[in-house]
Amino acid sequence: MSAIEAPGFKLGVDIDNPVMPYLRQDRIPHIWCPGCGIGTTVNCFARALTESGLNLDQVAIVSGIGCTGRVAGYLNLDSFHTTHGRAIPFATGLKLANPKLKVVVYSGDGDLFAIGGNHFVHAARRNMDIMVVCVNNFTYGMTGGQVAPTTPLGPTQTTMPYGNFENPFNLPFLADACGAVYVARWTVYHVKQLTRAMKEGLSKKGFVFIEALSPCPTLYSRRNRLGDGVDQVKYYKEKSVVRNDANTKDVALGFQSEIIVGKFVDRERPTWLEAMNEHLGRVLGERYTPYGVTNGED
Amino acid sequence: MHADPKGVLTGVHFMDGDHAACEGALAAGCRFVAGYPITPSTEVVERFASRIPTVGGVFIQMEDEIASSIAIQGAAWAGKKVMTVTSGPGLSLMMEHIGLAAITETPCVFVDVQRGGPSTGLPTLPAQADMMQVKWGSHGDYEVIALSPHSPQECFDLMIQAFNLAETYRVPVFFMMDEVVGHMTERVVIPPAEQIEVVERRWTRKPPGEYRPYETDESLVPEMVKAGDGYRIHITGLTHDERGYPAMNPTAQDVMVRRICAKIRQHAEQLVDVRMDGVEGAEVVVVSYGITSRVAGAAVAEARRRGLKVGHLRLVIVWPFPACLLRELAASVKAFVVPELNMGQMVLEVERAVAGAARAISVPHAGGTVHEPEAILEKILEAAR
Repeated sequence: MSAIEAPGFKLGVDIDNPVMPYLRQDRIPHIWCPGCGIGTTVNCFARALTESGLNLDQVAIVSGIGCTGRVAGYLNLDSFHTTHGRAIPFATGLKLANPKLKVVVYSGDGDLFAIGGNHFVHAARRNMDIMVVCVNNFTYGMTGGQVAPTTPLGPTQTTMPYGNFENPFNLPFLADACGAVYVARWTVYHVKQLTRAMKEGLSKKGFVFIEALSPCPTLYSRRNRLGDGVDQVKYYKEKSVVRNDANTKDVALGFQSEIIVGKFVDRERPTWLEAMNEHLGRVLGERYTPYGVTNGED
Repeated sequence: MHADPKGVLTGVHFMDGDHAACEGALAAGCRFVAGYPITPSTEVVERFASRIPTVGGVFIQMEDEIASSIAIQGAAWAGKKVMTVTSGPGLSLMMEHIGLAAITETPCVFVDVQRGGPSTGLPTLPAQADMMQVKWGSHGDYEVIALSPHSPQECFDLMIQAFNLAETYRVPVFFMMDEVVGHMTERVVIPPAEQIEVVERRWTRKPPGEYRPYETDESLVPEMVKAGDGYRIHITGLTHDERGYPAMNPTAQDVMVRRICAKIRQHAEQLVDVRMDGVEGAEVVVVSYGITSRVAGAAVAEARRRGLKVGHLRLVIVWPFPACLLRELAASVKAFVVPELNMGQMVLEVERAVAGAARAISVPHAGGTVHEPEAILEKILEAAR
């Protein structure tokens, strides 16, 4: 096997990819299809971790089920591959039991917003101190391309064989309405911006939501005659409009429509633990010992 | 080691079973509870919510029982002793994560204050109809442990045992109360902390790099680490190998499933916990558990007054079922009488254990109240004929 080389990039026998130390190398190759964007988001995440300066022994990643659900298993962190849709409540327990941990939930749109929707809503409402990365590929990849709560109106899916007639979620609007303190959307075309958002998210206290649009060439693009992964990334490039601070009401996605990307929300609210400590300290006085410590302090 | 005195409310109390169960959990070292309100179990979490801020720990009311049953597992992997509390409808929702706890070998305690079912059933009235559900409810093959207290005092005492067993065997442990035991108020004696033995989690001494999350010795129970300790573990609900990595093949499945079953089955004799009264030389033995054992006691006393040789065997640990013991007794006993607040669940285990060597007579009850002692007495008389 010969090394694959390009300017600034080399992969093969002589691996010196800076992301490799962040991966469980004994689990590579991964299961993702050629042209899938999940790996790109993982690359961004690894770079964001480097830049964050966090002690990686204190970072835990939790995934649900599905293609993106496999991310936890490839990262060289304390990693938990849980049940379908339930990464957020698992992460909630992990974070509350050891507040020093930086806890990241990394999962797909079907996992987080169909079966897991209720957990997302409540963790955002509570301002649970976790970062949620949703890789949104508009479909259920692992099970073979069924309609998702994010599938735009129109495209064909195996369980919408005549085209989708169900209205999708506008995820940033949902996260915003539920109380997330940081909400951003980028695509896998925007690797620098996505990396920066993840880095900001890692340093932010409270419920952080990052949506990363990503191609599913096998089950979404090809079935809807949208070409392969590269064609989808071209679409992201051509149809994306950066609009930071956009009103999240206005960022809904249509089929191959304009994509409004950017950082939409960045605000401060007490986290669940901060609120608990502040409130119980006030009510119980000296009888109460503040629980845990704030993020990043050790 | 001894209990942490911070969680132990030493003294003599007049307390209901729900509150005593909460005190047992605190004494056992439980410092994280996630729950969702459901009658008749809510008093357990209400008390925990009021007690934990000054003991040091967290209670969180989650959005549903599904979330509660996995939030505790996140907390367990961060090092806490954990519990969730529910009743039938909530238990049904938790089945998904009972399987997760079984496959990931996460120590956790599930309290089920049983009420009449199916579905919403009888929210405020007792039953013992979840006995098979806790054994078989989640899909796939696995083993669990279940205990059945019959008084507020036992809600305290056995809860400590429940936590100790969860830590020892790394399985979901079920605490099978019922509405009557939960709401009955009696004398509860809580001893000083130094008289309470608690089992610590079996933390590994191996350094990162040498530690493999599912490697085991002859105990078949792997050592544990927690997130944040630098081990960079991977824990998955998929079939996995000793490293904890997904392994999608029949060999890995065989090794994993056989071990998570065997770690309980090979310790079945150590896990026999019954209370026997007059069983030796008895012609008829009443097998009971939980609240029904107290009613059955009256029936046994009356039968003895009438000159019958009747023994009473009360199951304290219900799962694993003490099949060996029942099999031995079957050699000298004519019949077993099994009253329970369900249409005949544990009687099936008695039948299985005695395998035709003695009769197994069910005294079913659909729930909503407890048996009349006369109903049990009638079956004892029938069995003795």
